[in-house]
Amino acid sequence: MHAYTEKIREAARRLLAEKKVDGVIGFRRGTLPLMNEPVFVRHADQVDQLVWDGNCGVNLANYLTKRKDRVAVVAKGCDSRNIVVHIQENQIARDQLYILGIPCKGMLNRRAILKALDGREPLQVEETEADVTVSGDGFEQVFPRKDVLQDNCKICIHRNPVIYDELLGDPVEEQKDVDRYEDVRRIEAMTVEERWTYFEELIAPCIRCYACRNACPQCYCPTCFVDESRPQWVGKSLDPTDTRTFHFLRAYHMAGRCTDCGACERACPMDIKVRQFTKKLEKDVKELFGYEVGVMLEERPPLDTYRPDDPQDFIR
Amino acid sequence: MSQWEPKIVAFLCNWCSYGAADLAGVSRLQYPVNIRVIRVPCSGRINPKFILAAFRHGADGVWVSGCHPGDCHYIEGNYYARRKFALLKSLLEHTGIDPRRLHFSWISSAEASKFAQVAREVVETVRDAGPARHFIKTLPQWDSVWGESTAEIQAEVV
Ligand code: SF4
Ligand code: SF4
Repeated sequence: MHAYTEKIREAARRLLAEKKVDGVIGFRRGTLPLMNEPVFVRHADQVDQLVWDGNCGVNLANYLTKRKDRVAVVAKGCDSRNIVVHIQENQIARDQLYILGIPCKGMLNRRAILKALDGREPLQVEETEADVTVSGDGFEQVFPRKDVLQDNCKICIHRNPVIYDELLGDPVEEQKDVDRYEDVRRIEAMTVEERWTYFEELIAPCIRCYACRNACPQCYCPTCFVDESRPQWVGKSLDPTDTRTFHFLRAYHMAGRCTDCGACERACPMDIKVRQFTKKLEKDVKELFGYEVGVMLEERPPLDTYRPDDPQDFIR
Repeated sequence: MSQWEPKIVAFLCNWCSYGAADLAGVSRLQYPVNIRVIRVPCSGRINPKFILAAFRHGADGVWVSGCHPGDCHYIEGNYYARRKFALLKSLLEHTGIDPRRLHFSWISSAEASKFAQVAREVVETVRDAGPARHFIKTLPQWDSVWGESTAEIQAEVV
């Protein structure tokens, strides 16, 4: 972890000194433990703010959309795949980017840790390869790292960046034999009414803050469908129909674009498992069109192309 | 209580299925009256927003029909649409919409009898599924009015 921090700073200093980039996008320590925040470093004397640990879950691809300058960006496996999607969708050009690839060891699920602390306030967090030690006023608790990873990190199969200009560490071993769709299959096995109820309960606490949308690097429409009026496609109220419409359309907009980086779930203040919607799409895209998002820069996204023999047994 | 009749919103491509509906009429082919047609320039114009809006406004079923693959007026609009529909249908069903409520077909402007046939099938399948309750904003609190009052209530609650 600390090794990454040193390497990020070194690379940032060098790139800024050589004037290769106008700025570096990375993380600095947040005001609370377990919460790092994105930072834009433009001068060499700010470089020492940059850090790296297990609290860098925010997806930095979010800050690349429609940029005009040349930037270096620190990228985990998932960030790098979102960068690929951004390039495919012409949100930024490859030659504007200097990608500092970070082989990732998974990001911490802050909410799970807080829950386990049961009201005690974490003041300090120490990380090693295997453990996370959280301490505060009169307590210290050690968590095995693998138990407190974000849900999506537990099943991540692209921890190493797929695209980079410089890799800031040795590639990590990719997780093998993970079952990415265990939960999707569980829902598929339900009856249609059970599924309706399942999702109804899932999104019942939603307060429509749109944090999940804002945290998503792939959400960049100038006018989001939720803000459209005349016609208004999604009601503004907390009526379950409106909330359902929002979640359905938000997920559908991610079809063939979501990398399962977990930014939405991480951002949700109500701890709603919004990935349950997008994961079904991910599974379908893989099964129907054999496509995995953000892995091959040269491929067109699955909804921007077709094959004459695409599946159509559902059409009369 | 009057007999409940399903309401189906049909999005028909101007260049084929809409023509087929015309031809079916001109040819005096019989098909059920439960279909409300909305003409679209291409099946590729269909946005999932339209389909959800139809359900929200009280449709019991939605039917989308376009040109056969290879026959699109805009060369390839329906090829793209086909991929979108596959994912859309699957996600709607996954999240709890009865598969009997959403239908897709390819019908050319010469296939009037196919149009009438599919219309009959769609109406019967939706009839089997019964009145759609999901995606409707305000539900009547008493069960006996299901069906008759849904549409009137919907007229007020959008
Ligand atoms: S999804 Fe994968 S690459 Fe992204 S933070 Fe989690 S483990 Fe790292
Ligand atoms: S972040 Fe959570 S509460 Fe906010 S809109 Fe998304 S799902 Fe709802």
